Amino acid sequence: MVLWSHFQTLPVLWLVVTLAVFLVASWFNVRMGKTPFLHPVLVSLTIIILVLLATETDYDTYMLGGQYIHLLLGPAVVALAIPLYDNLATVKRLLVPLLVGCVSGAIVASVSAIMLGMWFGLNDQLLLTLAPKSVTSPIAIAIAEKVGGFPSLAAGLVLITGAMGCVIAPAVYKLLKIEDESVKGFVLGVGAHAMGTAFAFEYGMVAGAFGGLAMGMTGAFTAFFLPVLIPIIGL
Amino acid sequence: MVQGFLILLFCQLLGECLVTLLSVSIPGSVVGMMLLLVGLIVIKKVPDGLRSTSEGLLKILPLLLVPAGVGLMRYFGVLSAYWYQLLIILFVSTLVTMFVVATLLRLMSKEKHEEGH
Repeated sequence: MVLWSHFQTLPVLWLVVTLAVFLVASWFNVRMGKTPFLHPVLVSLTIIILVLLATETDYDTYMLGGQYIHLLLGPAVVALAIPLYDNLATVKRLLVPLLVGCVSGAIVASVSAIMLGMWFGLNDQLLLTLAPKSVTSPIAIAIAEKVGGFPSLAAGLVLITGAMGCVIAPAVYKLLKIEDESVKGFVLGVGAHAMGTAFAFEYGMVAGAFGGLAMGMTGAFTAFFLPVLIPIIGL
Repeated sequence: MVQGFLILLFCQLLGECLVTLLSVSIPGSVVGMMLLLVGLIVIKKVPDGLRSTSEGLLKILPLLLVPAGVGLMRYFGVLSAYWYQLLIILFVSTLVTMFVVATLLRLMSKEKHEEGH
């Protein structure tokens, strides 16, 4: 047991565990037909949490290794500028509808989540955690860190939102009789971030590109908009 | 590779400096992303090193989310107390969001068609 308590604090142990579990989860997800409910991130974090509980390892000890992976989220968010730049021609051509779609989507997503949360009587910190739930996880984590929510919980809620969005979107298209591929992709990107975008690629390349575009624009807009909204609603 | 990584980190650093100086609660990395986008628009191309590094990072983005996600283990208390409220909120809010965005986009594309006639 003395040996284990030493071994447990080796950062490289948790790096190996994280990468290995993620590879297995990705393989499993492909085998299960890429269903959003068994998203590799959801499966990975479930397995890793079980491992940590079984070995009586706390989160801080895990993060001795995990922090090195987490650190790369910052530059990865910056890197989202590249797909946005690649689609600049589309953005210019459809500037007004894209802006209206992403701004209204970002506002409806966070305000509706906060209002429902207030109605259920959730505390302020939970409301702040719910606010970025339609935003891509790296940005949502950063927003929750900044505005005073729970970053890890925000990441979890974002993933669940993504999975739900992939189920809700086809029903909405049917109800509103939407057939335009670009609209389908955009709606998925605004409401269900990266998971919606991955799902949009099933409709075609155009839908996928619009999904990615919507995800980037909504994420950036929400990051600027929430710090303004939060004092207004008195959180 | 090193050059690309340096550009990304430098943009993030600039972003962090800006949000600290202006004392706003916007994530520094998001400001860094906007700065990089403006930079790319100005120089009108993506340097090769930057493209390969960025695409590599974005390809493993799901993996990068795992450590933060594992932090959920700290919130079992909150989750067990509020799980069904949270699920209802996420479902209703996502449904309303998608409905509103789809309706707006449909209205706008219809107007465009009518203008064309």
